[in-house]
Amino acid sequence: MTGATNITEPGRAWVFGDDIDTDQIAPSRFLVSSDPEELAEAAFHDHRPEFHEEVVDGDFVVGGENFGSGSSREHAPLALVGAGVDGVVAVSFARIFFRNAINLGLPVLISPEARRIDDGDEIALRLEEGTIVNHTTGETYDAEALPPFLQELVDRGGLKPYTKAKLAGDL
Amino acid sequence: MTGKTLAEKILSRKSNTDAYAGDYVEAAIDVGFTHDVTGPLTFDVFEEVTGGDGELFDPGRTAITIDHHAPADGVQAANNHNRVREFAAEYGAVQYAVGDGICHQVLVEDGFAGPGDLVIGADSHTTTFGGLGAFGTGVGSTDLGTALATGELWFRVPETLRFEVEGDLPDGVYAKDLILRFIGDVGFDGCTYMAAEYAGSAVTDLPVHERLVLANMAIEMGGKAGIVPPDQRTVDYLEAQTGERVDLDPDLASDPDAAYYDVHRYDAAAFSPQVSKPSNPENAVDVDEVVGTEIDQFFVGTCTNGRYEDIRVVADIMEGETLAPGTRMVVVPASADVYDRMLQGGELKTFVDAGAIVQAAGCGPCFGTHQGALGDGDVALATANRNFPGREGSMDSEVYLSSPATVGASALYGEITDPRTVETPRYDDVVLEEVAA
Repeated sequence: MTGATNITEPGRAWVFGDDIDTDQIAPSRFLVSSDPEELAEAAFHDHRPEFHEEVVDGDFVVGGENFGSGSSREHAPLALVGAGVDGVVAVSFARIFFRNAINLGLPVLISPEARRIDDGDEIALRLEEGTIVNHTTGETYDAEALPPFLQELVDRGGLKPYTKAKLAGDL
Repeated sequence: MTGKTLAEKILSRKSNTDAYAGDYVEAAIDVGFTHDVTGPLTFDVFEEVTGGDGELFDPGRTAITIDHHAPADGVQAANNHNRVREFAAEYGAVQYAVGDGICHQVLVEDGFAGPGDLVIGADSHTTTFGGLGAFGTGVGSTDLGTALATGELWFRVPETLRFEVEGDLPDGVYAKDLILRFIGDVGFDGCTYMAAEYAGSAVTDLPVHERLVLANMAIEMGGKAGIVPPDQRTVDYLEAQTGERVDLDPDLASDPDAAYYDVHRYDAAAFSPQVSKPSNPENAVDVDEVVGTEIDQFFVGTCTNGRYEDIRVVADIMEGETLAPGTRMVVVPASADVYDRMLQGGELKTFVDAGAIVQAAGCGPCFGTHQGALGDGDVALATANRNFPGREGSMDSEVYLSSPATVGASALYGEITDPRTVETPRYDDVVLEEVAA
């Protein structure tokens, strides 16, 4: 995911409702591993079991309000990365999940129009211009741009490269 | 310039800037900690950014607990425990053993944080430290792993949502009832990205162990932190815990002209015991709406309400009584110290005589994988902070949340019972006489 292009390929939207918490994204019994490949099986395992069986590389997760609420476990976005998910769109995000996703290089877009996306629609994300294209309906939705501070962090490759540069005295 | 909230003051001090809500700052952390679940990922990040030969920003202020799978429930969990031990030994971090207890409890007991400190932990309930007047916030493993290397982390300075409660709380109403009501009123995401500040005479009157409950569950309304402004009670508590002198800084309070996102005002006398119905903490109702709901399993414990004073309330209600037939009760003290006090105070015997199961200190059933997982169709009443679908086991189980007193009263009858129908004691802080080694 690191170095994701600014315009993704179209992929299938898996649509979820409001208040999807981290227990539903990655159930606790899977948290004995930190390996994204192993965690892929955890992704929505109990909440929507067909997800981990049918998701393919390049698919997207679409949530309602407060997506990723609950635990700080980075295993939740990591499970989506492991499952091949190319981005998450939601009406709103819980704070820690949003931050964890950015830290992992998993694109996250906030869009009130996420509700217009139906399960199974083909969508693509235009990260730089902050829009979501729905290839199934032909619609384009606006998303919120990242605040400049966060955009700078993303442009530097994320928190880990930023920290390495800081430790090396390059910042 | 307008005044500042306590959250703005702490982040200003720690970043050496004049920061207000909405600003982005890089701030120096006072404490960083993780545990057996989020630890291994944190260690990977720390070793990656430091190239494998780095040092912790401050080993004495880096702590690692083994509390989520404690004792280990399988080989993978046991391997993670070994990874914790190896990392702590290699880098000199403070490492707690299996059975020592939950991170948010043992670090408070051992005086890791105090008023004005900036605490980050790779666990969402790190907001708990706000009960001491610190700014505590939960972060992911990447954030923590990098911060342990540099001693700094970036923060967006949060707006503050203030909850003011004036007056005296009625018998049978505790901090847990207040926070469940607050969450019910603003919603599961009503405080997202914000600091919750708790104030008013009813909050000032609360002992520290109850203030920790208010702070702990700020995350259940999306809060970045939950803060009770520090006062003499905070100082007395910390001095008794640590045996060291603590100065009260009068500036560690929100200014009278500070700008709040909003202020919610309550009359303490109007509060009833609260119960959050499945499957979201925001589903808080007055207890009388759910009285009579049949319960299969009662759970006393967690970083919210697993302290000695909580357990003592339940034991007082159940002393000489028997757990309702056909139900089970799991009691998990939040720390080894709490366990020891249950032993000394006789509460352990009360529970055993009543037919309850008392387990080693840790996160227990709240983590949903062991020590009392729920099966299909099971209904639980817990002193925990979360009741998401499947939180304590099966996706077909249900969890109700309440105060320890409500759990104790309900355990006598096997159904949700108004705690005001029994005698409900309140306890001041029962502090450590000496610091745990």
